[in-house]
Amino acid sequence: MAAQKTIETPRAQTSGAPVTRSKGVRNAARWAHLPLVLTSLLLLFPFYWTVVMATNTNADFYLTPPKVVPGTHLLENISSVLTSINFFGSMANTFIVAASVTALVLFLDSMAAFAFAKYDFPAKNLLFGLMLAFFMVPAQLSTVPQFITMIQIGWVGTLQALIVPAAANAFGIFWMRQYISTAVPDEILDAAVVDGCGFFRQYVLVVLPVIRPGLAFLGIYTFVAAWNDYVWPLIVLINPDMLTLQVALSQLNATRTTDYAVVMAGALLAIVPLVVVFLVFSKQFVSDSVKGAVR
Amino acid sequence: MSSASLDRGFRRSRSRPPAAKPAATGPRRNPLRYWPQYVAVSPFFLLFAVFGLFPLGFSAWLAFHRWDGISPVTFAGFDQFRFLAADATFRKAVVNTVIIWVMATVPMLVMSLGIASMLNAVRRFKTFYQVVLFLPSVTSVVAIAIFFKAIFNNQVGIVNQVLTGLGLPAVEWLSGYWTIKIVLAVLMTWQWVGYNAILYYAGLQAISSEVYEAAKLDGAGALRTFVSITVPLLRPVILFTVVISTIGGLQTFAEPQVLFGSNASINPNSGGPGQAGLTMVLYFYQQAFNNNNFGYGAAIAYAVFAVVAVFALINWRLTARSER
Repeated sequence: MAAQKTIETPRAQTSGAPVTRSKGVRNAARWAHLPLVLTSLLLLFPFYWTVVMATNTNADFYLTPPKVVPGTHLLENISSVLTSINFFGSMANTFIVAASVTALVLFLDSMAAFAFAKYDFPAKNLLFGLMLAFFMVPAQLSTVPQFITMIQIGWVGTLQALIVPAAANAFGIFWMRQYISTAVPDEILDAAVVDGCGFFRQYVLVVLPVIRPGLAFLGIYTFVAAWNDYVWPLIVLINPDMLTLQVALSQLNATRTTDYAVVMAGALLAIVPLVVVFLVFSKQFVSDSVKGAVR
Repeated sequence: MSSASLDRGFRRSRSRPPAAKPAATGPRRNPLRYWPQYVAVSPFFLLFAVFGLFPLGFSAWLAFHRWDGISPVTFAGFDQFRFLAADATFRKAVVNTVIIWVMATVPMLVMSLGIASMLNAVRRFKTFYQVVLFLPSVTSVVAIAIFFKAIFNNQVGIVNQVLTGLGLPAVEWLSGYWTIKIVLAVLMTWQWVGYNAILYYAGLQAISSEVYEAAKLDGAGALRTFVSITVPLLRPVILFTVVISTIGGLQTFAEPQVLFGSNASINPNSGGPGQAGLTMVLYFYQQAFNNNNFGYGAAIAYAVFAVVAVFALINWRLTARSER
């Protein structure tokens, strides 16, 4: 806002270099919309085109010129999707996995982050350093043994194979620790100690209410990642009746290779819930991401 | 046990000067007193021990054995790595991955920086632009691969229809060595250009306007200001995006897997015609899970790790050095 003022002020003057310069800045700011609008159109086009393809018939794509506006065949395309894959079952599975992972991550990560942020205990720095080192290890290194482990404990093909390994993560603890150390004032923790609150009561009564905005950000981030996860579900869900949305969508794409309208309808159905969730929370999410990036 | 003793460690790490610490090395440092903190951090470490650390060692062991998950395990010594060193398909996968990563990352980060500067310059519709920029990064990669498969389809894709409509020859996008890589690079750029722009924008916001005013007083032009002030001050963010893009880009899997299918045992063109879209991690997945070649898969995983680590390190050094 301050920058805005310094640009606006000279406008009142009538002559001299500052006016020309500020005019230049203003014009530059206006011209900057052009590439931004162009970028936005390019980023939105695939979504629009998905709607176009999902609402027309396959034959429409072979026309010259092709149809470039949404048609009226969405429902029949969707019904083809529903007969090809267990769409609602997959969506329910995906929701169960994403919601469970998010709840567990928020609880376990924030509790660990509270201990790391506000307490000193023996071997704390060693543990924190170990956690960050683990963070660097790429996923493929543990994929094969994880799969073998899942076979051994009988979890292959089940949803807990997706939920349990993802229940706590280094990124969330690291991010939450940064958040808690600045967002939770020491004074209210001191007051809680005086009132006889132990670690866990401080966590529940003092920390959790204060860090709600941070939990919202980490929650959306975790939910989106869990909803879109593809590689591990593809490997571990071996039962074709028990898939997540992404794996089912990939299966639809692989089996109906030339049925573009149907595959696009499936893709559309698969992204709509998450896009809606994102748009609802987008303002909060975007501003938190901008703040979080420079933290 | 009173709550006061539970909270013995409270705040010691923050407000007290380090000199006060030695007092805590006596009997008061009994680790058992800190059981609530250990309980709080233990779930992560337990999960990581079972699903992270143990598999890491298991992977190393597997890489020296042959196993398909059913027949008995046999010791292989260095055979898996010897085979890997001579494996032309793996070499092809490494080359593909690096080419696609360069084609996607370099133009993308430059564009992101440009978009971020524009976003920093405008005053209206900022939130709208940010939401649009963010949208592709929260969209599932499977759905995105399906979008691009349709858009670049050789027969009915809109790109070719526009080309022929303009009187230009249609391009077999999903068939050629370079065109496959272009489609993958465009796809990855489309998904992440906005996300990186948001990160750069956040970095730009943190630069004080006084710095720019000082540069203006010294008579620096827009380009000079950008090169001498904006880029150096953004270096930490640039470093972050470069490392993240390296780690992510070199582990590309879902994009070619969805575009071209993956079943190596029945499809000699896995990763697309001529295997032009076969990436390292896609090859790993095929060997380990389509062919049930667990030992070879583990060896490839370690090789991928080595390649990613080397490139991440090189990039880190290059970006960190350009500081002056």
